[in-house]
Amino acid sequence: MFGSSLVIGDDILDIGSHKFDAGRTDQRAIGSGAMIPARLALGEPGQFDVPDVPDPAHFCRNNFASACGNGDQGQSVKFAKGTTTLAFKFDGGIIVSVDSRSTMGAYIASGTVKKVIEINPFLLGTMAGGAADCSFWERNLGTQCRMYELRNKKRITVAAASKLLANTMNSYRGYGLSMGTMITGWDGTGPQLYYVDNDGTRLHGRYFSVGSGSTYAYGVLDTYYRTDLTVDEAIDLGKRAIYHACHRDAMSGSINNLYHVTRDGWVKIHAIDVNDMHYEYLEEKRNAMASS
Amino acid sequence: MSILEYNGAAIIGMAGKDCVGIASDNRLGIQYQTVAMDFKKIFKMNDRLFVGLAGLATDVQTLDQLLRFRMSLYELREEREMTPRVFTNLLSNMLYEKRFGPYFCEPIIAGLDEKGAPHLATMDLIGAQALAKDFVVAGTCEGNLYGMCETLWKPDMDKEVLFETLAQALLASVDRDALSGWGGVVHIITKEGVISRELKGRQD
Repeated sequence: MFGSSLVIGDDILDIGSHKFDAGRTDQRAIGSGAMIPARLALGEPGQFDVPDVPDPAHFCRNNFASACGNGDQGQSVKFAKGTTTLAFKFDGGIIVSVDSRSTMGAYIASGTVKKVIEINPFLLGTMAGGAADCSFWERNLGTQCRMYELRNKKRITVAAASKLLANTMNSYRGYGLSMGTMITGWDGTGPQLYYVDNDGTRLHGRYFSVGSGSTYAYGVLDTYYRTDLTVDEAIDLGKRAIYHACHRDAMSGSINNLYHVTRDGWVKIHAIDVNDMHYEYLEEKRNAMASS
Repeated sequence: MSILEYNGAAIIGMAGKDCVGIASDNRLGIQYQTVAMDFKKIFKMNDRLFVGLAGLATDVQTLDQLLRFRMSLYELREEREMTPRVFTNLLSNMLYEKRFGPYFCEPIIAGLDEKGAPHLATMDLIGAQALAKDFVVAGTCEGNLYGMCETLWKPDMDKEVLFETLAQALLASVDRDALSGWGGVVHIITKEGVISRELKGRQD
């Protein structure tokens, strides 16, 4: 008895929670570094503390409100969200265009959020839903992609990268992660665009829009999208779709960040204040009406 | 979500020296969807009295109609204009009449009394009056408005300074609120007349 109580594992820091993988056996003895916290290996499924209940996923679903369909009623912890993001493929590559507002209910928490996540020089991800979930898992995707590069001596395809993220989302299904993202990039097969969300959904497509303002953006995209757009036309379309979403959707606004993905990787095109765009388009409208 | 936050609003009433001002935003939304950017929330009752109504848009319009009716009736019967103090009591009583099925509106009353001194009042949706010497605020970004007014308000502002203070307080507040903004309007009430100006605000 005495001997076994000297063996101290991570459970001395237990505050009513247990590791997801309760079967782990890396207990160490005093004096052998047992006080040092476990190696930080977040990201691999099974490394997060989960509630000490028989069904942690069920517990998360009932206590933490999130975007994944379990409503915003009754749960004691709620997460902030509200966004417009879009991306589309065309002959000149891919345009990724997003807003920069972060809201907590009606309060505007920030107007300078970077919602395009630069995973590596050839891969971009967008952020909609929980900011923490998106930034953490897309950074994690970045490390997984780098590991792939080092192991296989070649760049990962967008299809494979998006699947890594979708697999991660799938392993945490029902835990209340909130993420709606588009993974884009240029690989051996050309420009690629995937939509991945917290349900584990992974879709390939020509254009997507995600977030509370997505319906407004789709309105513009559906009307003006063509595959044979020039680069300048495509940039204007990305900009315009975000502007219209920001104008009508109270949870989207502030700055429009726009990226262009080419054969040589992504380029940041602009960061324009949506309010300046309003008056630019207003003038355009007036001129068009005057000339007709 | 509270029904008072269904449409969104931001209204300020503020006192200056021999003048009083009232300002509001222009948005009408349905929760997070912006429907109109020219929605009227401030109503002129007479040359020296304005009322701003924050809350459910349908009740804002209904209350304006009821108030106009009661004001006109008073003027015909009494052959004089209603003072802000009487108006405040009238509105308070109208709201309490609906104690168990209220109008979802929080009014702000700004006017000059018979001596030409500022009169500011606000009340909750069932008519509990609160009079103020400096400023009163209402709407979905009430907290933001209080913060701005507390820092910008000074005693004895003239009409131009009062306009500037109201404009800055309103614009800064609505920029941190998703449910209000999209431009605004300011009315400055003086003995000589009313100055009304439109504010160009952010359109997102």
